[in-house]
Amino acid sequence: MDCLLEVEGLRTAQLGPLDLCLQAGELVQISGASGSGKSLLLRALADLDPSSGAVRLAGQDREGIEPPDWRRQVAYVPAETAWWASEVAEHFPSGWDKGQALAWLERFSLPEESLRWEIERLSSGERQRLGLLRAFLNRPRVLLLDEPTANLDLENTRRIERAVRSYLAEGGAGALWVSHDTLQRSRLGGRILEIRGGRLV
Amino acid sequence: MSVISLSAWDLSLAALLVVALAGLTLWARLGVGRSLLIAGVRTVLQLLLVGLVLQALFDHAQLGWVALMALVMLAIAGYEVMARQERRFAGIWGYGIGAATMFVSAFAVTVLALTTMVGPTPWWEPQYAIPLLGMLLGNTMTGIALGLDRLTQTVWRERRVIEGRLALGDTWVSATATMRREAARSGLMPTINAMAAAGVVSLPGMMTGQILAGVPPVEAVKYQILIMFLIAAGTGFGALGAVWLASKRLFDQRSRLRLDRLRPVRRG
Repeated sequence: MDCLLEVEGLRTAQLGPLDLCLQAGELVQISGASGSGKSLLLRALADLDPSSGAVRLAGQDREGIEPPDWRRQVAYVPAETAWWASEVAEHFPSGWDKGQALAWLERFSLPEESLRWEIERLSSGERQRLGLLRAFLNRPRVLLLDEPTANLDLENTRRIERAVRSYLAEGGAGALWVSHDTLQRSRLGGRILEIRGGRLV
Repeated sequence: MSVISLSAWDLSLAALLVVALAGLTLWARLGVGRSLLIAGVRTVLQLLLVGLVLQALFDHAQLGWVALMALVMLAIAGYEVMARQERRFAGIWGYGIGAATMFVSAFAVTVLALTTMVGPTPWWEPQYAIPLLGMLLGNTMTGIALGLDRLTQTVWRERRVIEGRLALGDTWVSATATMRREAARSGLMPTINAMAAAGVVSLPGMMTGQILAGVPPVEAVKYQILIMFLIAAGTGFGALGAVWLASKRLFDQRSRLRLDRLRPVRRG
């Protein structure tokens, strides 16, 4: 079987060795006690933290791909998204497609005006939906979701779950999802891997 | 040109003023009387020492001795830059970035000025070389220290934003553009302010000194202008270089933000 994202003998300062095979369209959940290294695993895969071992995207070695290209394709979305300019659309990747953005806004139940909303006035639910949307505009092939719905109400949580599901279904992308919430785990379904003692079990 | 030589008696009178000030601060319980006196004693000892060193250097004007003096000055300035960083780089980089950029900027500008503008014979004549280098090092030191400190502080504070931008596919260069600009600006500001205020708000020290020594004011002004421009160039190139080197060092070859290359801050 072919892996979309293939990890072999991944090691970081705290983790490893880890092996993992994520297939196209698949959602794999990562669980583990707090401090077990779930975020560290996602950060290492996005190449935000140093790691050794082999990481391949559709058979291509990570070392052969420029870091910005890798991170656009293997998108890390943290529990708290970062904003630095004053309006929403200023945070979108250069050359973003308006039609695509509008389609995503609709699915996230956000109006078109939200592209010009001020960051200061966004609610946490809006921030997380727009943060995910911003990552979708890069058309990533792997989503690394680090508790993207932490601190959100059920309605916003559901919206994000549905959006990710439909993104995976139509584009052949895969996702690793870190979640603490047991109800969310059963809603999401799929394989669940646990990190224990720095290893995946 | 003549200078009125100061006697030990003249200096003692000036010292009495400091002692009187110390007495007043003691009476007002400012708690600085002791450090004021110690600082006064240090001034006397350090300046006498450097006066003797300079006298010896002038008497034995040899390139080797001048170069040694210059290197000692650079080494101390490098240490000063490092000591002024709240979040300094770990290992040799903490010292190296400041010292290397000061070497390039202050040294290069001094040598350029000596060989093309001032033109003493020989070009390393200590009477010109050492004061010029001293003024340049003193100013580039401040600019570089300010620029580096601002850079590491902002990058540390904005680490989430930087990593957020990297995660969206930005390069480290564009993810840190505003922070690098801000850091370079804060390194340059003191020099720009000093140039803008020169002669209006303050009479620069070197010019004042030359005038006291009997140099015609217009000659002293010409020297001051030269020095101001050299300082601006040295500080500017130094601060820009230091900020660029430091930002490169904050990221690795896979453009990952490496805050682990900074030493942890000691509080207290």
